[in-house]
Amino acid sequence: MIRFENVGLRYGMGPEILRDISFHLPERSFQFLSGPSGAGKTTLLRLLFMSLKPTRGLITVFGRDLSRIPRNELPMLRRRVGIVFQDFRLLDHMTTYENVSLPLRVRGREEASYRSDVIELLKWVGLGERMHVLPPVLSGGEKQRAAIARALIEQPEILLADEPTGNVDPPLARRLLRLFIELNRLGTAVVIATHDVALMEQVDARRMVLSGGRLEIHD
Amino acid sequence: MTDPATMPGAPLRRMAAARSHRKQAPIVPPANVAGHALILVIAIMTFLSCLTLGAVTLVRDTAAMWQTQIAREATVQIKPIEGLDMEAALASAQRVAASFPGVRQARIVERDATIRLLEPWLGTGFDINELPVPRLVIVTIDPANPPDFAALRQAVIGEVPQATLDDHRTWVDRLIAMANTTVTIGFSVLVLMLVATVLAIVFATRGAMSGNGHIIEVLHFVGAEAGFIAGQFRRHFLLTGMKGAAGGGIAAIIVFIGFSWWSSWNLATPEADQATALFGNFAIGSAGYIGVALVVLLIGALTAVTSHVTVVSYLGDIDPSHNA
Repeated sequence: MIRFENVGLRYGMGPEILRDISFHLPERSFQFLSGPSGAGKTTLLRLLFMSLKPTRGLITVFGRDLSRIPRNELPMLRRRVGIVFQDFRLLDHMTTYENVSLPLRVRGREEASYRSDVIELLKWVGLGERMHVLPPVLSGGEKQRAAIARALIEQPEILLADEPTGNVDPPLARRLLRLFIELNRLGTAVVIATHDVALMEQVDARRMVLSGGRLEIHD
Repeated sequence: MTDPATMPGAPLRRMAAARSHRKQAPIVPPANVAGHALILVIAIMTFLSCLTLGAVTLVRDTAAMWQTQIAREATVQIKPIEGLDMEAALASAQRVAASFPGVRQARIVERDATIRLLEPWLGTGFDINELPVPRLVIVTIDPANPPDFAALRQAVIGEVPQATLDDHRTWVDRLIAMANTTVTIGFSVLVLMLVATVLAIVFATRGAMSGNGHIIEVLHFVGAEAGFIAGQFRRHFLLTGMKGAAGGGIAAIIVFIGFSWWSSWNLATPEADQATALFGNFAIGSAGYIGVALVVLLIGALTAVTSHVTVVSYLGDIDPSHNA
């Protein structure tokens, strides 16, 4: 689905942050992306989300060479990729329901056409009772689940999660992990960037470890 | 059985239900503190720009009025000398002038009118025939097609050698020079004012936009196209700009109407006479009001364009592919 071949990235004239990265993310796969802080996990996620261009190497996204995709087609491709940030990035002036439905709203869809889907998804992530609450009132775990629901509302083919358990306690982290596993079982490929070893030990999944700008893969 | 509507907590549920059916929150949040400050800055700058525009319009109209009023008349003056038949000289000067091309009318200032003109200096009850008082013929000129003054002078002097023609040229030239200088200064001040307004609004809009970076980012990451994101902010800031600009423009119009009302209210007083002599009746006219409306539209558009440029440059920062 997404393939990297000898990808390297540097910002401006600085040193290469990522060097000779090669891997393939198959459909319906589940993997952790780990490594120490500052190893480039978030940068690699941004490359996967097509919001950065590599300085060298080849990235193939859904069978197309990223460097040949016209700029105006990128938002359409990005809709096939869901992304969850460590700091949630919810909009504080919108309710949970409005935050989760935002990806559909920016596509210009009528609210009546997606209302029941959003409510169903909110119930699935356990926020059925909190859908008309503004984010500042939500707990950390609730915010994280709202952010995940927003990433899932367009039924992406791949979900990228940047430290999704970084701000929650271990029981909630396990609950969120079960959510990701359930999602993967339903057919979505999942990449979880984390340095939480305890979390990774709970699942027998592929581990991609970034260190010194290089990537090692442990299947 | 208990009626659900009377159960405890029913009002809360009704509120929740009402909220669930309300209109969705706008993507760009309603004005925050920076937004209110922006509206205020825009209102003040629009007000000052419109006042400057009004003042320039007033000066320009007044300058034009001075020019036409004075340029509309010339005077033939006939000095009395021994043996001159003044009435016959006046009549022939009037006849020559009236028949000249570009002259609408030539009118003799009658003996009684001349006496009245001299009353403030000589008092009443004097005999004009005993004094060597020059007499006048007022020549009304067609401003659209003025006569050749040199030829007119020749024609009048040819008929009445004692006559002189004053076409007020010296006065008119001086007034035109003064009026042009005043209008040029006024337009320079207006240009400076508009440049200051543009800069103040650009920077205030960028300031108000800086608090919205996270919204641009979120919209980008949920797959919104750059055009959609820019459109949302453009619409929001167009409304903000128009709100502030309309406030400033309306305040300026109220000031103009107030001045106009004040000048007509004090029409009979010496102060108002003085002001009216200088500035006409303080009305800025339809051109002034159209100018105010244009300034309001321009400032609204400027705010929208600034927000658009800011969004596009912000997207360029978070997504280099926008610059590709």
